Amino acid sequence: MARPEPTTGPDSPGTDSTGPDSPKPDRPRPTGPTGPAAWARDLAMGARFAVTGGRESLLRTALVAIGVGLGVALLAIAASVPHLSAAREHRENARSVNDEGNSRSIKASDRTLLYQAVTTDFHDKPVEGALLRPEGPLAPLPPGVSAMPAPGEMVVSPALDDLLRSADGKLLRERFPYRVAGVIGEAGVMGPDELFYYAGSDRIRPDAPHGPGIHDATVRIDRFGHEEGGDPVSPVLVVLMNMTCVVLLLPIGIFIATAVRAGGERRDRRLAALRLVGTDIRATRRIASGEALCGALLGLVVGAGVFLVLRDFASGITIRDVAVSPADLVPSPALAALIAVAVPAVAVLVTLITLRRVTIEPLGVMRHTAPRRRRLWWRLLIPAAGLALLLPLFGGVTMDPYAGDASTYQVAGGGILVLVGIAALLPWLLEAGVARFRGGPVSWQLATRRIESNPGPAARAVGGITVAMAGAIAIQMLFAGVQGEFVEDLPTHSQMMGVYRGSTPAEARSYTNSFRATQGVRDALVSVEQFAHKSDRPATGFTGVTVGDCDTLRRLARLDSCRDGDVFIADAPDRSAELLPGTALSMEDRPYERDGRKPRTYEWTIPASARTVQAVEDPLGRYHRGVLATPSTIDVAALPDPSTEVAIQLEPGNLEAVERVRNTAASIDPLMRVHRMGGVRKESNYAMIQQALLVGTGLLLALIGAGLAATTLEQLRERRRLMSTLAALGARRTSVVGSVLWQTAIPVALGTALAVAGGLGLGWVMLKVVNGTVRDWLGFLPVVGVGVGMIALVTTLSLPAVHHMTRPNGLRTE
Amino acid sequence: MSIAHTLLGLLEAGPRHGYDLKRAFDERFGHDRPLHYGQVYSTMSRLLKNGLVEVDGVEAGGGPERKRYAITDAGVTDVEQWLGRPEKPEPYLQSTLYTKVVLALLTGRPADAILDAQRAEHLRLMRDLTRRKSSGDLADQLICDHALFHLEADLRWLELTAARLDRLSKEVQA
Amino acid sequence: MIPAGSLLAASGLRKAYGLTTALDGADFSIHPGEVVAVMGPSGSGKSTLLHCLAGILRPDAGTVRYDGRDLSALSDAERSALRRSEFGFVFQFGQLVPELTCLENAALPLRLTGTKRKDAEATALRWLEHLEVADVRHHRPGQISGGQQQRVAVARSLVTTPRVIFADEPTGALDSLNGERVLELLTKAARETRAAVVLVTHEARVAAYSDREVVVRDGRARDMAGVHGAA
Repeated sequence: MARPEPTTGPDSPGTDSTGPDSPKPDRPRPTGPTGPAAWARDLAMGARFAVTGGRESLLRTALVAIGVGLGVALLAIAASVPHLSAAREHRENARSVNDEGNSRSIKASDRTLLYQAVTTDFHDKPVEGALLRPEGPLAPLPPGVSAMPAPGEMVVSPALDDLLRSADGKLLRERFPYRVAGVIGEAGVMGPDELFYYAGSDRIRPDAPHGPGIHDATVRIDRFGHEEGGDPVSPVLVVLMNMTCVVLLLPIGIFIATAVRAGGERRDRRLAALRLVGTDIRATRRIASGEALCGALLGLVVGAGVFLVLRDFASGITIRDVAVSPADLVPSPALAALIAVAVPAVAVLVTLITLRRVTIEPLGVMRHTAPRRRRLWWRLLIPAAGLALLLPLFGGVTMDPYAGDASTYQVAGGGILVLVGIAALLPWLLEAGVARFRGGPVSWQLATRRIESNPGPAARAVGGITVAMAGAIAIQMLFAGVQGEFVEDLPTHSQMMGVYRGSTPAEARSYTNSFRATQGVRDALVSVEQFAHKSDRPATGFTGVTVGDCDTLRRLARLDSCRDGDVFIADAPDRSAELLPGTALSMEDRPYERDGRKPRTYEWTIPASARTVQAVEDPLGRYHRGVLATPSTIDVAALPDPSTEVAIQLEPGNLEAVERVRNTAASIDPLMRVHRMGGVRKESNYAMIQQALLVGTGLLLALIGAGLAATTLEQLRERRRLMSTLAALGARRTSVVGSVLWQTAIPVALGTALAVAGGLGLGWVMLKVVNGTVRDWLGFLPVVGVGVGMIALVTTLSLPAVHHMTRPNGLRTE
Repeated sequence: MSIAHTLLGLLEAGPRHGYDLKRAFDERFGHDRPLHYGQVYSTMSRLLKNGLVEVDGVEAGGGPERKRYAITDAGVTDVEQWLGRPEKPEPYLQSTLYTKVVLALLTGRPADAILDAQRAEHLRLMRDLTRRKSSGDLADQLICDHALFHLEADLRWLELTAARLDRLSKEVQA
Repeated sequence: MIPAGSLLAASGLRKAYGLTTALDGADFSIHPGEVVAVMGPSGSGKSTLLHCLAGILRPDAGTVRYDGRDLSALSDAERSALRRSEFGFVFQFGQLVPELTCLENAALPLRLTGTKRKDAEATALRWLEHLEVADVRHHRPGQISGGQQQRVAVARSLVTTPRVIFADEPTGALDSLNGERVLELLTKAARETRAAVVLVTHEARVAAYSDREVVVRDGRARDMAGVHGAA
C-alpha cells in the first residue's frame, strides 16, 4: 500500500520506470512478510496499538489490565495457600517436641531439657507456651530463642510482648510471675499476632503426676523438632474445601474472560480501519491477539502489584487463631507459572472466539447477532449431569476422617457441574425472561430492550456473580447443616470449667476457697474425680467417683447428714446411678500413659452402708451421678488416674472475672487449664474455610460489581448522543436513571434468583450426601442483600455520568 | 433549447397535427414562452426539407396547421444523437450580480445587503417553484427541480461570496 | 420587542461556550402554523438558537417567550415537561433508540408523557402510516434505510401533536429524493395540525419549504421578511 505507483503524472517526478526503486511491471509487488515473520509483525503491531493508540486505546488497555490484574491477584493468593500452609507447618514442626511415650527413654544428661507445654487464654485468644528446665549447659534451644530463659524469666512472641506492655495486658501480666528476658524470633512464631512464650522453671519434674490432657505431662527432650502427623481431614471437609475453591475460582475465571473483552467494540472499529488499508482477516486476528496479549501481560504486572499490596493485609486473616504472616504468602512456583501462562492464553483464546462472532470488513463490523436463539437443552444437561453424580451418594459421605473415601471427587465434580450449569443457564434465562417483559414504564422498556438486543455483556458480568452466590449459599447451608457436629453449644458465657491433675481432697478444698475469693466469682467448686467401671463388666457400666469432704459433697447432692467415712450413691433426676451398695468397681489409668507397663489399677467396693441420694446441680449445672465418697473411705493417693475438676459460676457479663479466674488458676499451677463454657467453638478448619469463603466471596463480588459499573459506564459513554436526544425530547432524568438502574437490576435480580434457587438446591443435595439436616433455609438472605447492594453500587457509580450525559449539550458536538 | 429537436422528440410518441404539437410543447416546456404557430410551421418545413419528418396526412380545409406530421427513421436517429450529445457548459458567471457586488464595494455601499436581498428574492422564487412542484405532475416536478437546483447554485455562490466579502473588499480597495 | 400574536419569540439572546460566542443578540419569532427556516453557514449559531428556543439550553442573556411564558423562568423539570408535551424534535441523525422497534421509537414521546403503551402505540402507528413507514414498524432502526429512519423520527416528532416542531438539519443525512419527501411530509403534517416548524438548515432547497427565513450570521439572527420589500 505504501509504495507509490510508478506513474508519469505530475505528482511523481521520478518518471524513469527502469530506475532501481521502481519494480518492473511484471514482477509481483511485495505484499508483506508471511509465516512467523508476519506473526511477529502483527502481534507487535497489536501490542503497539494497545499502548500507543491514543486515549481510547489506552483506556481500553487500562481496563483490561486492571480487570485481569485484580483477577490475577486473587489467583495469586489462591496459589499461595499451599506454601502458606507448608511454611506454617514447617515452623510448627520445628518448635514442637516429641512428647509421646517413647520420649521417656531419653536419659538425663547435660544436653537434655525438661519441657512442659502450658496453655491459657486471654480474652478468648489462646496464649500458648512451655515451661523449660534445662538439665545441662548443652540443652537445646527452641527455634527463635537465643538464650535459655532462667527460672523466673520468660521469652515472648512479639505480639505477646506488645500485649504485656499495653494497658490491656494488665490482667495477663498478673498471670505470669516472670520477667520478660527477650523476644522470640520469627522462626519460632507462627504468625505476627501469635501469643506464645517460653518460661524458665525450676519446678517441673519428669515424674510429676500426669495431667488429664495428652500434652499435660512433662517430657525430657534432647532436641526441638517433631513431625506431628496432621489430623486426618474428614471427607466432608475435603468436599467443603473443594467446593470453596470452585466457588471462588470459577467466577475469577469468568471475570478475567469478561475483562479481556472490555472495549471490544472500539477495537473492532479500529480493525475495520486496518482492513481498509489492506490487512487480511487472519492478520487482523493476529493484531487483535497481540493487543489482548499486551493487555493480559500488563494485567499480570498489575496483578503482581495488587498481590504485593494485598499481601500486607494478610495479617488480617487468621488461620487457627493465628494471623497469616505476609512473608508466608508466596505463590508456589508451579502455580505462579501456570497463572503466567494460562491468563495470556485465555486472553488470546477469548479474543479469537469473540472475533469469530463478528466479521470485520473494510467498511465496518458485521455482528452475527441474527436470531441465534439460545438453546435450553444443553444448558440443562450440565446441572443434570451434576445431580446424576450426586444423587447416588445420598448419605454416602461421612464425617469420619478415617473412612477414606474416593467419592469426595465425585461430590466435588457434581457440585462443580451444578455450578457451571447455573452459569450456563443464566444467559438463556435472561434472554427468555426479558423477551417476556412487555409494557412497563419507559425506563423499563429501554432497559429490557437493551438487554434483549445484546444480552451477552450483562449475562457474562452477572454469570460470575451467580456462580459465586449460588456456591456461597450452598456452602453456607452445608456449614450450617454440619456445624452441629462440631460445635458444642454450651450453656452460658458466665461459666468456666477447668481440669488439672489429681489432687487431694484438702487441696481441692483450698482451691475452692481460692476461686471463691476471686473477684467476680459467684460460686466455685473443685472436686476430685476418678473414672471407674463395674469390675464384672469392663466394657460397660462406667461411672464416676467423686472424692470430697462433706462441704464439697453437700454441694453435689442433697445429704441429710454427712461425716467423714460416709459414701453416697447419687442419682440424677433423669437417670439413676444404677449402682448398689456392695458393687465392686475397678479404676484404671489411661493407656497412653502406660509406656508398655501393666495398667495401674485400683479395686474398690462400694460399702454396704452407702446411701442413695439425689444429686443437685453443680455451678455448671451438671449432675455428678455415681459415687460420692468422703476422703477416709478411699485411698486418694492410690487412685490411678484422678483428675481435679473445677466448676465456676461468674457474675454474668464480667469479662474481667474470666481473666482473674485464669490468674488464680495460673497461681495454683500454670498447668491448670480453665476455659469458658460460653460462645461457640468451631472446628478450626471449618472456621478457616468459612472465613476464606466469606472474604473471597466479598472480594469477588466487589470486583465483579466494579466490573459491572465499568461496563455500564462504557455503554453510557457510547450512547452519549442518544442520552442527549432523550433529554431533548423531554425525558425526565428519573426515566434515564431508571433505565440504567433496571439495566443492572434485571440481570442481577435474575442472577440472584437463579443463584438462590440453585444454591438452595445444591445445598440441600449436598446435605443429603453428608447426612446433614437443613438448619438454615434463610442463609441466602445476606447473599440477596449483596445483590441488592451491587445494584445500588453500580447505579450510584453511574449516576454522575448519567447526570452529565443527560444534559442536552451533547447534541452540540457536530 | 433546440425547438426542432424538441418537436421531433414529441413526434416520436406518434404522428401529430401542428396544432397538437404546439399544445404539447407549451404544456411541457413553454411555461414562460409559448410557441407561435409560425415558429412551428417554419421548423416543420425545415425538418421536412431535411427528411427528418414526413407528412402523414392532410385534413380537409388546408392550411399548415391541418397537416399531420410523422417522424422518419432519420428523424429518430437525429433525436437520439441530440439527446446523447452533451450541451456545451455555459460559463454562467452571474455577471450582473457580480457587477453589482463589486460596484457596491467600490462605492462603499454594504454588499451584504445586496446579497441578502438577492437571497430573499431567490428564496421567494424557490418557494413558488416548490409549491408548484408539489401540486404538479412529473414533468412539472422535473422542470421545477431543474430551476431549483440552479437557483440553489446561485445562492451557494452568494453564500460563498458573503463569506469572502472581507477578502474581496480588501482586494477592491487595494 | 416581540411581534404580537407570535407563539414563540426570542429577543436579545446571547450564549457563549467558553470563549466562543455562539449567539450575540439574536431575535426570533414564529406564529402558529408557520414554517420558518433558520439559515446560515456552519458555526453561525443556528443550532444554538434552536436549542435556546426549545428550552434545551438556557441563554446567558435575553428572553424566550413561549405562549406567554418566559422559558428562562421555568425550572429544568418544567422545561422538560414542556418539551415532552408541546414540542417535537427531529435531528440530523443518531436519534432513534437502536434497541426499540420503529413503532416503540415513534411512541416514545407519548410514553414519556405517561400515555399507556397500547394507546401510545396506536397513535404512533397512525403517524407511521401517514409517513409511509408503517410496514417497518416492527423493525429496529438498524434494519431500515436512512430515509425510513428519518420518517420514523418525523412520526415521533408528531405523535404528541406538538405546537412547535424543531427540526435541526432533518435531511442532512439523506439524498435529495428522500430528503424532499421527508420535508414534504413534515411540512404538510405540520400545516394540517397547525404546528409551527423551526427548520434549521443551510440548504436553500430545504429552506424553500418554509414560509419565511431567518438568517443567522455571527450569532445574530435577521428576519428576512422586510428585506425583499426594501430591495
